Amino acid sequence: MSATAATPSAAIPGLGRRIGSLRKERRWALITAYISLVIAAIVMLAPPLYMLLTSLKTSAEISNPVGTPWIVRHPTLENYWALISDPMFRGFFFNSLKVTVCVVVLTMVISVLAAFSLARMKFFGSQVLATGVFLTYLVPDTLLFIPLYQIVGAVGLLNSTWGLVLVYPTLTVPFCTWIMIGYFASIPKELDEAALIDGANWMQMLTKIFIPVALPGIIAATIFAFTVSWAAFVYPTAFITRPDEMPLTIGVVSQLIRGDTFAWGQLMAGALLAALPPVVVYAFLMDYYIAGLTAGATKG
Amino acid sequence: MAQVKLNRVVKEYEGGVQAVKGIDLDIADHEFVVLVGPSGCGKSTTLRMIAGLEEISRGDILIGGTVVNDIPPRDRDIAMVFQNYALYPHMSVYDNMAFGLMLRKFPKEEIRRRVENAARILDIGMLLDRKPKALSGGQRQRVAMGRAIVRDPKVFLFDEPLSNLDAKLRVQMRTEIKKVHQTVKTTTVYVTHDQVEAMTLADRVVVMNHGVIEQVGPPTELYHKPATKFVAGFIGSPAMNFIPARLANGSGALNILLPGGISLPVPEARAKRYTGHAGKEVLFGIRPEHLTEVRPNDHRPNLAPLQLTPEVVEPMGMETLAHIWLEGAEIVARIDPSVPAEPGRALPLAADMGQMHLIDPQTDRVI
Repeated sequence: MSATAATPSAAIPGLGRRIGSLRKERRWALITAYISLVIAAIVMLAPPLYMLLTSLKTSAEISNPVGTPWIVRHPTLENYWALISDPMFRGFFFNSLKVTVCVVVLTMVISVLAAFSLARMKFFGSQVLATGVFLTYLVPDTLLFIPLYQIVGAVGLLNSTWGLVLVYPTLTVPFCTWIMIGYFASIPKELDEAALIDGANWMQMLTKIFIPVALPGIIAATIFAFTVSWAAFVYPTAFITRPDEMPLTIGVVSQLIRGDTFAWGQLMAGALLAALPPVVVYAFLMDYYIAGLTAGATKG
Repeated sequence: MAQVKLNRVVKEYEGGVQAVKGIDLDIADHEFVVLVGPSGCGKSTTLRMIAGLEEISRGDILIGGTVVNDIPPRDRDIAMVFQNYALYPHMSVYDNMAFGLMLRKFPKEEIRRRVENAARILDIGMLLDRKPKALSGGQRQRVAMGRAIVRDPKVFLFDEPLSNLDAKLRVQMRTEIKKVHQTVKTTTVYVTHDQVEAMTLADRVVVMNHGVIEQVGPPTELYHKPATKFVAGFIGSPAMNFIPARLANGSGALNILLPGGISLPVPEARAKRYTGHAGKEVLFGIRPEHLTEVRPNDHRPNLAPLQLTPEVVEPMGMETLAHIWLEGAEIVARIDPSVPAEPGRALPLAADMGQMHLIDPQTDRVI
């Protein structure tokens, strides 16, 4: 080996710059990564932390801030107790749960069947349909709620959680179908052929091969449907005005903000309680979720 | 177990492209037939039509005497082994093998008996509880074969089953497949692009090219009596040498005139066959193993001496390949490693004219 190649401080012949150090470059990359991640974490975590701190304060402490708002001087759980012991809040929670479970089940049944047929049964127009499904997802709900209001009203489901069960799938089905089409398409064609030769019909192929193999994708789609229907705001705001039919998202806002009076402590406690179920779901299914979203990204 | 018969089978895709152009093939009961040919020759399409995974455009396919053109794969009583194994990734080895029987509602005891029997034949008994991802390539291929064996079908179909394995494992699995066939004796149709696999496994080899069958026959027949230039060049490795030549009729005997003024005598036994082509341009075909060094006390009849100068010499260990360029035509000679061969130095060689072939360049058929 020549002496120039071995000396890091020497200039690279013909390039006119010094030879770099792999160790130094790696250290800088790590430092930059850590700084960016810490900043990102602070930005992301500050609002929920502020919510948590506020929810632990008394109304008096919130209205008369002394010093930094990041310190709770007289911690209390009274905001939480007030909500949990309120039958109306429990009603909001139950309404959200009912709507979400129904929407998730409905969405998954429709999406899995639609995705399977669009991904595997080549029929006239299947390509156009698959693209069309995705295009419908691009129409924002702020545009759709006016015509949907007419439809929900026409079928007599205004001011009913069942109206939400009817309209939420317009948000969840297209995206879930799209995720599942991608996932099913990544399953090798030979697997269907092996199943066909083994004696399976289309339904057996779906239930015994495709659904188990595509489970990470199905879980990713389920989490998406769950999050969308749990957190939906525009549709319930438009379609529901009766408190006993309200889901959590608008219930908390409509009942805890009276005119210009904000019950900040309870608002924050309510928001945190409302955010809890998605957090639990994510925590348990995170690995599947990531596997589902990155499916097909690399050769298996 | 059954015969398989293909009558004028055509596969035509949209736009009129024909992948298979009306082939006829009779496969006897218990026979091991290998379809071989380069990529795009229609061999896999033919296999998939037998399996029912591709529709037939025209013609008939019969399995066990029944026309199966319109019968779905599950009712054809066939089993198939795929190139990428196609094992169900979420099922154990046992369930992979039992799946077909479970769908056909076999009793549990019978399923267990069959799976264990197949596992014994393939020596995978200790793997039954594992998932496919915990298996090596060779083990996966065995499981795929096991899945076929347990069904006890009329016909086994293999679609390039060894292509994903490394060279050493491929040779080993080739032997396994042959052993399994000798045990279960199920009629087998096997597709490969590897002519060595075809030669070693087949009772009969079907050489396909551009959607037609070039020749059907036992491996040795294809090797010694190729019908076309394609078969002559495809079977055997290194491939047969083809040298443009002229068949000359001089002083009562036929001679082959090669570029560079080389003249080789046609053996008497072949003279009658070639007389009609005297004076015409032909392609002279000779395999590298029939173009060797001059050996002392060589008693092969019809040896013709010739002096050629190699440009590249490749020692392979058990033999040495000498590459010679003769006015544009590349010739490979297979010589003993003990013979001192050097690039640029003339090498005395012997052509075994008893093994030669002449090809009509107009029709590409062997004369």
